[in-house]
Amino acid sequence: MSEVLELPKIALAGNPNCGKTALFNALTGSRQKVGNYPGVTVERKEGQIITSSGAKLNLLDLPGTYSLDARTPDEMIARDIILGRQSTETPPRLFVAVADATSLERNLGLVLELRALNKPVVLALNMMDLAHERGLKLDLEILSRELGVPIVPTVAVKKQGIAELIKLVESRLQISGALPVVASPEWEKPNMAAIRVRFTEVDRILKLATVTPARVSVWTEKIDRVVLHPLWGSLLLVAVLAIMFQSIFAWATIPQDWIKGALDFFGKWVGTLLSEGPLRSLLVDGIIAGVGSVLVFLPQILVLFGVILVLEDSGYMARAAFLMDKVMGRVGLHGRAFIPLLSSYACAIPGIMATRTIESKRDRLTTILVAPLTTCSARLPVYTLLIAAFIPNKSVLGPLKLQGLVMLGLYLAGIFAALGMAVVFRKTILRGPKPALLMELPTYKWPSVKNIAYGLWERTQLFLVRAGTVILTASVLLWFMASYPKPPAGAVVDEAHSAITYSYAGKLGTAIEPLLRPIGFDWKISVALIPGFAARETMISALGTVYAVEGQEDHVAEALGQKIAKDWSMATALSLLVWYVLACQCLSTLAVTRRETNSLRWPVFMFVYMTALAYGASFVTYHAARWFGL
Amino acid sequence: MKTTLGKLNPGAAGIIVGVAASGECAPDLARRFLEMGILEGARVEVLHKAPFGGDPLAVRVRGSIIALRRNEADHVEVQLEATHE
Repeated sequence: MSEVLELPKIALAGNPNCGKTALFNALTGSRQKVGNYPGVTVERKEGQIITSSGAKLNLLDLPGTYSLDARTPDEMIARDIILGRQSTETPPRLFVAVADATSLERNLGLVLELRALNKPVVLALNMMDLAHERGLKLDLEILSRELGVPIVPTVAVKKQGIAELIKLVESRLQISGALPVVASPEWEKPNMAAIRVRFTEVDRILKLATVTPARVSVWTEKIDRVVLHPLWGSLLLVAVLAIMFQSIFAWATIPQDWIKGALDFFGKWVGTLLSEGPLRSLLVDGIIAGVGSVLVFLPQILVLFGVILVLEDSGYMARAAFLMDKVMGRVGLHGRAFIPLLSSYACAIPGIMATRTIESKRDRLTTILVAPLTTCSARLPVYTLLIAAFIPNKSVLGPLKLQGLVMLGLYLAGIFAALGMAVVFRKTILRGPKPALLMELPTYKWPSVKNIAYGLWERTQLFLVRAGTVILTASVLLWFMASYPKPPAGAVVDEAHSAITYSYAGKLGTAIEPLLRPIGFDWKISVALIPGFAARETMISALGTVYAVEGQEDHVAEALGQKIAKDWSMATALSLLVWYVLACQCLSTLAVTRRETNSLRWPVFMFVYMTALAYGASFVTYHAARWFGL
Repeated sequence: MKTTLGKLNPGAAGIIVGVAASGECAPDLARRFLEMGILEGARVEVLHKAPFGGDPLAVRVRGSIIALRRNEADHVEVQLEATHE
């Protein structure tokens, strides 16, 4: 029954960098849904096309692939759907092959592979404007006849050729509607000879259809002379990274203050609406304070993603990977691992998801395992709090302040830990041959504002879902554990015996304190670390609750800083900072690792090794600091 | 003159005469070479080398720019073009 109701499904297939996503956006507009394929974190994008006659079609955007001979998880999904082997997906009735018109010599290979499957194919020759600028003249009739597929020239970013493409798809579906659907076409992994034959055929067709060939992109050549220059290119990379961090730490704080202000106002407003009692406490101290402390990071994460999307869309990211390959290679990683590690500065979750483009399994696993060691934005509030409370802001070496230097040191510690552990893993459990690097450096393009906006909207949704699920649950749970049971009637409640000592959280903290005492943590830190294991940043609101400081977020940070400055030794503070650099305190990271590696073994391993590393390093820090009399 | 792509530096160009001919190349890598356009008969031109030791290389082949390490590029045999000196 459902099959009758289901809209006809078509799929977009093409090489990476052929403008497939832009075409998907142009075809579907805002009618799209982003999710994941079951069992893997490969992004599944589906949208609706509305034809001129008002009929609806389902369009699936497949991950980019150079051929059906798949190697990465992304490519395997594309292959399985194309071949009708993905059990969760109805096989598409028609393929829209997308080819970059400026690079037909390579792009047409996949078109020939698709044609050989005996299913309806139409070809969108994308980026025709750029191809024309570069002098390409094609006889589309000959090209279409020789390829055996109908062709529509398109410029996806300018929405040109979109209506024609939809019309063509519709008419092909009507013609093929009468034919029986080939659900799973025959396909055999090609050997080298078969690939050579395929490209010889591409050359024959192009020779017939080309009136004048495209010149090389002069702009790309000119830009690359600077960007890939051994000296200027390296300096530019450093400058790009500097701007990126500047944008996170300076520019993002303005909208962050707005969010903080709005949450503060909202919390107070809810507070005045409800009378004193468990419900108000749950809403204000539990949900608004807990989820709010995370929502504040949304601007930072969006700014970072914005920068990363611009770098990717423009074609710079692959160049960065090219420049960094040697350095990454020294610790046994692929140049491509640079991108996931860079993304991990915002958040390890997208970082781990970005490892999908790494072909070698060992390399990918190594990158996943070390990604959470890079300093993600959730550590920032904790660093800020502890540094403000414990590190004097005196000048060292002119304009450099000690507080800033300590922050920089913590970031560097994260990088060195990640790179160091990568070496360890590549020499022990993930030993193996150095994986090959074979990577296209795409033609430079102006990033499309619309595509960036779509990308950011996707990230925002993912982030809000996380804030609404994991963090909401953790906040409510912590609030409950810290609030109940209430102190028995007549019990002394003062500075030394606050109400929390009688609660579940207090009891749990006291129970695990002996474990954490050797690294300098008292029961209050132990309590705050419990929710901190779900999501790092919640430790601050937890400490706030533990220290029973009145007031909202902003004041919490201030007053809390003074309280802990009095209560903790410098050795404890340093130990906690080191703990935060290294410890695995993020349920979502473990969850995404579980999905990404498709096993329970790796998230468990990640948790164990990071916790052990953190414990060891904190132990050394604490005792060294004590020895120095801190 | 015949040599391998891995031994070339920016400015050098030639025609590819053999891909993975020695047989030491992993079959997966060899197929990937072909799919990326590194095919016999294609003209290849070395455009750039990366900092820190001149590895990897960026080459132009069949209308695309491809980055690859010298190690792997050594599986690609090239008939050098006469240099115009």
